[in-house]
Formats: sequence, structure tokens, C-alpha cells
Amino acid sequence: MEMFALSFTIFILALFIGVELINKVPPTLHTPLMSGTNAISGIVIVGAIISAGSSDLSPTVAGVLGFIAVTLASINIVAGFLVTDRMLNMFKRKG
Amino acid sequence: MFALINFSYLAAAVCFILGIKGMTKPNTAVRGNQIAAIGMLIAIVAALLHKDIISYATIIAGMLLGGGIGVWLAKRTAMTQMPELVASLNGIGGAASVTVGASTWLFAHSSANLGAAGWTIAILLSIVIGSVTIAGSLVAVLKLHGTIGDSRKKALWQSVTLLALLSVITIGAFFVAGQGAHPLVLAGLVGLCLLLGVGLVQPIGGADMPVVVALLNAYSGLAGAATGFVLDNQGLIITGSLVGASGLILTAVMCKAMNRSLPNVLFGGAFGQADSASASRDEGDFYAGKVKYATPDDLALLLDSARNVVMVPGYGLAVAQAQHAVKELASQLESRGANVRYAIHPVAGRMPGHMNVLLAEAEIPYDHLKDMDAINPELPQADVAIVLGANDVVNPAAAEEPSSPIYGMPILDVHKAKTVVVVKRSLSPGFAGIPNSLFIKDNSLMVKGDAKEVLQDTTRAFKDL
Repeated sequence: MEMFALSFTIFILALFIGVELINKVPPTLHTPLMSGTNAISGIVIVGAIISAGSSDLSPTVAGVLGFIAVTLASINIVAGFLVTDRMLNMFKRKG
Repeated sequence: MFALINFSYLAAAVCFILGIKGMTKPNTAVRGNQIAAIGMLIAIVAALLHKDIISYATIIAGMLLGGGIGVWLAKRTAMTQMPELVASLNGIGGAASVTVGASTWLFAHSSANLGAAGWTIAILLSIVIGSVTIAGSLVAVLKLHGTIGDSRKKALWQSVTLLALLSVITIGAFFVAGQGAHPLVLAGLVGLCLLLGVGLVQPIGGADMPVVVALLNAYSGLAGAATGFVLDNQGLIITGSLVGASGLILTAVMCKAMNRSLPNVLFGGAFGQADSASASRDEGDFYAGKVKYATPDDLALLLDSARNVVMVPGYGLAVAQAQHAVKELASQLESRGANVRYAIHPVAGRMPGHMNVLLAEAEIPYDHLKDMDAINPELPQADVAIVLGANDVVNPAAAEEPSSPIYGMPILDVHKAKTVVVVKRSLSPGFAGIPNSLFIKDNSLMVKGDAKEVLQDTTRAFKDL
């Protein structure tokens, strides 16, 4: 329970940081912001890695799900960061 | 070792915060994105060091497969398709949370080591929010793509949604109480949540998809935060809430720009209810003989004497792929000493900031792109305002006629410019389904045609002057 209280505190504080920070992002950059947040939501990969790696090679349902999770999160990370970079470079070109 | 791994997650979260901070200015944004990517790398390396990991084969295979698909998606997607890509990535993010949540639960179940009620609730939340995000995003992608149109069976979908929601809550309650802790029950829950996701998004009109995409962005983040609670991983919680906050703010921005509340977009759909038959009947009378037509040649002549020109791009510009044609005309005007600016309404395009990306792709400097609040005071000084495929967002009825369904919606005050030129394929109404009184104003001219062709013809005529 103590752990939960701590985690919940962090959750609420992080929401406030998020609101303060995102409000400063200009509308011009809202699309790259969304693709960029898509990329960082790929952080779920840390959970996926543990799920995929903690079973042996003998496949269990949980292990297969872990593999799928790693794949999905990798798509988000790679596609998200690359496409955001592509867009932001267009804004940089003539600044 | 454990402490080191946790500090690495914290470092990653700090990198993400700095990354988003970089995104607050266009010239630091590329760096910001790179900092965020470094944060991700730190987190992945830390996760790979986790003591429970005994096999790397599946991890590496998944990363290679996912990375390959990611590169392919990022390179292949055109800027006009960005809303579909972001919507897809929302869904994939939701799916990743679901699979992590389900996998973690199955491990615990098979080793008879299920956690306390709080833990089960977190698992359920990550699975429920994640599954709703998957199905909702899929419907949103198909709607953005035009594969499925607006639903006529709104009431049916709303009852399906209600039924699915009640079942999810009931089964969820039993699940938390420790009864029915069986993998098949979990699978059934996922199925119900997928149905719920379809039911929530299907009745929403295609025009409101920008709001839905932003909201699903928030859901994918919140699903990630729930997964963080499952794994007791604070880095994940911080990141999930950042993404959640971002999605929620963008949702609020879009709703405000349409002067509608979120429940109204999600459940009401006031515009969708508008009787389209009566609207089209009125139209003939509304416009009869009052619209003044012009040709691209006239437009070129008009522009020849203009010092201040404001372009007002709307979704029609993106459809016509006319962003490069705009840039060409603008370069011609600028070479003769005119001042060209772009007025961008928050809901122009198909997702927040979409129009800016399309114009940036055509190498238009971002400091020429003006937000609604910045350009409205300048519009009375504009000699010519050219409206390109925008409709409702320039309808003066929103400011002048309290009886109009869009009254109160913030608009671009193009009717205050000395001359307004509307480039449009027909007089058909915009998403709101109402006639536009801008078209019959004394200072407005209409050039009928495809935005791209009209712009190219105008540029040609302008060069010949």
C-alpha cells in the first residue's frame, strides 16, 4: 500500500508537470508533439522486455504476449521518433 | 543493481520532460526529440539488465521486427497521412499496454502469485483503457481514411456501448474480488473492451476525428501509466502521465476551437443532427444571385496591387495537395514586395497542427504561419485574404448571428479584409452543414475550382502581368 501511495503521488505530480509543459508548446508543433508522445509512450517496452525475457525459449502464452508487446512498443518508438524528426526538420529548414 | 535500474528509468523520464520542453520552440524541437530518444535508449538498456531476464532471443527478435516496421512506416507516410499514422500509433501503444498487462497477469496466475486488489485494478485498467484505445483508433483510422463513413445507426451504437460498459464493470468487479480469475475471462474482457472502443468512436462524425485522435492519444498514455502501476515502475508512470496530459490538453484545445464541450463531441454531435435536407433547400435562396464570381486572371490583377496578402488554408487545400502551389504564388508575390502571411485556425487540417506541417513541408517559413489570435487583429489591414478550401472557420455567422448553430465558435475574421477571395469547388456547406454568409458579403469574390489549379493559373497569370 505504501508503494501505491508513492506511485500515485508521482502520477498526480507528473500530470501537473505535463499540463504546465504542454501548454507552452505552440500550435505549430502540435502534430509533431503528438507523434513525439506516441514515441515516448513506447516506454511500455521496459515492461514488455521483462515479460518477453523472463520465460525460457519454451513458448508460453505469456511469453508470446511479451514478444508481441516488444514488437508493438518498438514500432511506436522507432516510427514515432523518426517521423517526428522528419517533421521537425521541415520546421527547422527556414527558421 | 535494482537501484541503478530504477535511477535509469528516472533519467529516462527526465530526458522525456526535457525533450517536450525542447518542443516549446521550433528551433530547439529537433534537439528535444533527440534528447527524448536518448532517454528511451537509457530505459531500454536498463530494462535489459533486469535480473529476471533469462533469454534475449525473443526480445531481440521483437525489437528487430518492430523496428523494421517502424522505419518503414516513418519513411513511407506522406505528410497528408499524418493523422492516420498518429491514430495508428495510438492504437499500437494501447495494444502494447494490453499485451504487457495480460502477459504480467498470466505469469502471476500460472505461478499462483496474483497480487492484491490494487494490483488487479491496475492490470484491469491497463487492459480496459488499452483495448478501448486499440479498437477506437482502428475506427478512427478507417474514418480518416474514408473507408467507413458516418454512422446512421447512432442510437444502436450507443446502446451497444452502454451494454459493453456495464458488462465490463460487472466482470471487472468480480475479477477484482478474486472470482473468475481465469485466462478466458481476461480474454472475454478484452473482447468486450474492443467492442466498447468501436461503439464509442463509431457514432462520432468524421469531422470530429481530430478530437477523437487527441483523446485516444491521452488514453494510450493513461494505459501506459496504468501499466506502470502494475509493474511498480515510476518511470513508466511519469511518462504515461506526460502523454496523458498532452492528449488531454490537445483535446481541450480542439474542443475550444469548435466551441463545443467534450461530451457534446463524444455523445451529442449537434452538427450531425442538423437536418441536411432543409439546409440544402435553403441554400439556393441564400446564395441566389448574391455571389460574385471571378477568374484566376481577375485574382492575379487584384494581387498585383496588394501589399498585404493573407492566405487562409483549410482542409480543402490538403485534399487538393495544393501546399506547394500556395508557396509558389506566395514567392511570386513576395518577389514583388508584397507581405504574405498564413492564417491558421486551430481546427484547420485533420489533427492539431496538421496544416502547419503541410505548409512547412512546402518550405514555408514557420514564422509566416500565424495563429488565429495573432492574425485576427491584422486582418483589417490585409488588402486581400485568399480562403483556400476553408469554410466553417471563416463563417462570419459565428460572430454575428446568435441564431446560427455555430454562433460563438472562434473564427478567422477574413470578412474584415479589404477583399476576400474564396477559392472553392462549389457552394456546398462545410462540416457544420450551414450556408456561409461570407460568400455573399460585398467585399467577397468567389473563384470556383480546385485549389491547386486555381493557384497555378493565378501564378501563371500573375507572371504574365
